[in-house]
Amino acid sequence: MTELVAGGVVLLLVALAIWIVVAREAFLAIAGFVAYGLLLSLVWVRLYGIDVAMTEAAIGGGLTGALLIGATSRLRGTEKAAWAQRCGASTRVVAFLVSAVVATTLALCVLLLPDPAPTLAPEVSADIAATGVGNPITAVLLAFRAVDTLLEAIVLVIALIGVWSLAADGFWGGRPGVRQRVDPDGIFAYFARVLAPIGVIVAVYIVWVGADHPGGKFQGATLLAAMWLLVLMTGIADAPPISRTSLRIGLVIGPLVFIAIGFVGALVSGAFLAYPDGFAKPLIVAIELALTPSLTLILGLLLAGAPERGAVP
Amino acid sequence: MSTLFDVFTYVTVSAGAFFFLAGSVGLLRFPDAYARLHALTKADNLGLALIVLGLLPHAGSVLAGLKLVVVWLLVLLSSATVSQLIARAQRRRETGS
Amino acid sequence: MPGRWCRGGSMADFLLAVATFILAMVALGLLRVKIGPDYADRMMSAMLLGSGCVAVLLLYGAATGMDGIIDVALTLALLAAFASIAFVHFGAARERNAADADNPG
Repeated sequence: MTELVAGGVVLLLVALAIWIVVAREAFLAIAGFVAYGLLLSLVWVRLYGIDVAMTEAAIGGGLTGALLIGATSRLRGTEKAAWAQRCGASTRVVAFLVSAVVATTLALCVLLLPDPAPTLAPEVSADIAATGVGNPITAVLLAFRAVDTLLEAIVLVIALIGVWSLAADGFWGGRPGVRQRVDPDGIFAYFARVLAPIGVIVAVYIVWVGADHPGGKFQGATLLAAMWLLVLMTGIADAPPISRTSLRIGLVIGPLVFIAIGFVGALVSGAFLAYPDGFAKPLIVAIELALTPSLTLILGLLLAGAPERGAVP
Repeated sequence: MSTLFDVFTYVTVSAGAFFFLAGSVGLLRFPDAYARLHALTKADNLGLALIVLGLLPHAGSVLAGLKLVVVWLLVLLSSATVSQLIARAQRRRETGS
Repeated sequence: MPGRWCRGGSMADFLLAVATFILAMVALGLLRVKIGPDYADRMMSAMLLGSGCVAVLLLYGAATGMDGIIDVALTLALLAAFASIAFVHFGAARERNAADADNPG
């Protein structure tokens, strides 16, 4: 019976993918892309990747869609020119054939994997008790492969600096985006005022429950960033100037705490990011608590964009 | 008792699915944007409400049941707001241009 | 690790059948994205897709009893709300820009 649901979702995904490639306007393609992300999260659920499904629903369904639609609204003037410069039919046919070959090769590789497929899951299950967390994803991300998570957080900070570098010289240190003037009694403002507190509570719950059940800091931070962006979009609050010291401290505190814990581990247990016996769970919680605000600020500012006006409103 | 719950679930979930059908057919067949919006909100509000109602007896715990209701309330809130905004934008585009 | 079936097979089968049906309805609704003359029609299909996915997730979670699917549905509901507002916000700005570009002055 589950096969029927899965088959239906796959057909829908293929149809959507064709629509995204063929759509004339960028706006329509993005609407299709957001729909694609939502359906992809269903696929992840079917593949028993609940944490990944949550992240896909959050990032693919929400944040990426908002990012792309913001980009499209800026590019509107150049769409006709870009469409006129599209490559000819023969190039597109070749591109389609190459994509089909790559997709078929990937499908064959997955389908011809030995059964049972090579995996490290038994080793993880054997040692997970030492980490003190019940969710194997959290154990892998924050205990067994903590270095990867640290480096990803640092990459995000660098990406944010890259976005900021797009600001015009005069606006460096200013506020991202345009000040939204919205009727405080209108429906936009009402919606943000009602939804944002609920979103914050759900986000905190998801960060907390990530220790033993699907969830965790990344999904929670994405939710918090989305709620913050909602408040910014509806004009209830203004974006902070990027030169503000407290903002910059908030951005780096997560990675800094992570690195500090790593050095503590090097001193006490002999390897960078090795957790001393018995202290694994409190350290993991500390890292999550420090990373959540940093990730929220980073994701929110990535979508808010480069500064477009001075620091004084 | 459990068969009573099962019958309740069968009936309400089927009714919810029917409203989703009504919403989709309405979205495809109704003549203008406002009528389609009207049909759509039946799927969002009533369809999902009946499905959540039908799944409540089978929720594992009080917290799970509460989460089901919160999911429905969130979808209700966002669909109501977005419907308002869509209708207003459509009106503006019809009278403006 | 296969999902744990914590209730009788026929109930789970029924819930999954309804989930498939709702997916089919959502697919029908997505036709509006192709035909719909207005931007509003396309937004409506997207909304139907969002609610439909939430419904499918809840049914699938109840049928298989997997841990955490309701949390995924919760996240999806919140983020879909955020994405719709973003679309309406930027879509409205786009319409305004289009109107200004087409009627200068």
